[in-house]
Amino acid sequence: MSALLEVEGLSAGYGGAAVLHEVDLKVEEGSIVAVLGANGAGKTTLLRTLSGLVRPTAGRIVYDGQDLRGTRVEQMVRRGIAHVPEGRGVVTELTVDENLRLGGLWRRDAKGPLQEVYDLFEPLARRKRQPGHQLSGGERQMLALGRALVGRPRLLLLDEPSLGLAPKVTAQIMALLRTLRDSTGLTVLLVEQNARSALSIADAGVVMTLGRLASIAADADLRHAYLGF
Amino acid sequence: MGRFVFLTFDGLTRGAVYAAFALALVLIWRAARIVNFAQGAMAVATAYAGYSVATATGSYWLGFAVALVAGLVLGALVERVVMRFVDHSSPLNGVVVALGLVLIIQAVLGMIYGNAYRPAAAPFSREAFTVGGIALLSRFDLFVFASVAVVVALLVLLFTRTDVGLRMRAAAFAPDVSRLLGVNVGGMLTLGWTLAAAVGSLAGMLVLPTELGLNPNAMDIVFVSSFTAAVVGGLDSPVGAVVGGLIVGLLLSYVSGYLGATVAPMAVLVLLVVVLLGRPGGLFGRTAARAA
Repeated sequence: MSALLEVEGLSAGYGGAAVLHEVDLKVEEGSIVAVLGANGAGKTTLLRTLSGLVRPTAGRIVYDGQDLRGTRVEQMVRRGIAHVPEGRGVVTELTVDENLRLGGLWRRDAKGPLQEVYDLFEPLARRKRQPGHQLSGGERQMLALGRALVGRPRLLLLDEPSLGLAPKVTAQIMALLRTLRDSTGLTVLLVEQNARSALSIADAGVVMTLGRLASIAADADLRHAYLGF
Repeated sequence: MGRFVFLTFDGLTRGAVYAAFALALVLIWRAARIVNFAQGAMAVATAYAGYSVATATGSYWLGFAVALVAGLVLGALVERVVMRFVDHSSPLNGVVVALGLVLIIQAVLGMIYGNAYRPAAAPFSREAFTVGGIALLSRFDLFVFASVAVVVALLVLLFTRTDVGLRMRAAAFAPDVSRLLGVNVGGMLTLGWTLAAAVGSLAGMLVLPTELGLNPNAMDIVFVSSFTAAVVGGLDSPVGAVVGGLIVGLLLSYVSGYLGATVAPMAVLVLLVVVLLGRPGGLFGRTAARAA
């Protein structure tokens, strides 16, 4: 396996306030890497910097062998990077179908991927014409995830998919990520506070505290260090 | 009864123009969260361009086309050169810049064309058909209705049936998410201003022949009525803009017909106050209140 994403010495922040401090991270192709940490540790900023929403102040982001600096946010999805933001980012004013179509607008032909997502997420197919604000939390997460998958990404940046969801729904989503990794070779960078569910599927995990990556370890070691069991 | 019917048709015709102009305001509000106070002045500027071409070539329709194209160009220019750089931290900033644009555009028009009223010809007869002694609609009124109906239909199709329309709506509702999905949000913003300014130009070409004529300030009162229409409709709602436009048109027509033309502007303000007190978000607005 080779690294699909390699981050070296990445620093970033908002205005004058630095949030990320010299972060190093390697994500192998076809693996699921969990970034764990408390509120305010900088996990979301890490993802926002990777997808270009926040400009790095120092460091390198190498994706598929190429430096991502200067790549505009709008171009990321064309490079195969999909970012499902915190709070899921469903456009609540648009219908389920419109949200999903939005995920494939940049493709020449999105019909196939769109149908696959409807096959994958049965409840969405039944609610095609409903506006996003009528969906439950779990359905919104499905929609945001499905919308990212319509673009058939190589790298999925997922921000707190378990936030506000019932454990059963969280487990379903984690199982789906594992299936996608195994069947399509999807690479996932998963930011989570819910360490237990994230580590249940992750190939590797890192812990972020105050904008620094504290440790990188195989999941057994990490579980012990982070959760004490 | 005859008078009532006449006033109703007259109100609906004027209302159709207000509806189109209000629609232009709503388009920009939805895309950029700016109330484009410069829209009246922009429409007048493009009307001057259109009538200059019409006078020079003798073809009204060539001038009409030039006015609409000038609207497209001016809309894109205003967004790209001015509005893009407005700081959005306070809603007042956009308003102040737009008012500045009004002063500049009106001053430049005055310098080039002078401040005297110039004739603005109508392409069709303004003589109303009469049915049973009641004056109903003129050919020009029918042209107004048809034009506005076509524009509304085209906008509905654009926003509900096309990928570009979906991009425009997504970019307006959720800019960051849209960028992550590959939507060129800046481009959609420019497109919104472009289309809105062209719709504003169309409204100008439809209303100027029924006013005193062409003058740098000719659209000021129309702007006030249309702005009221947009706010009554809810600023966020294209349907609200059309309904609001027709309501304002009818109100103005009834009030000036039965109470006198001098009372009409006051009636518009009363309507605005009543709607804002009763439904602060407008008749079709989603949110309860707005900061601007």
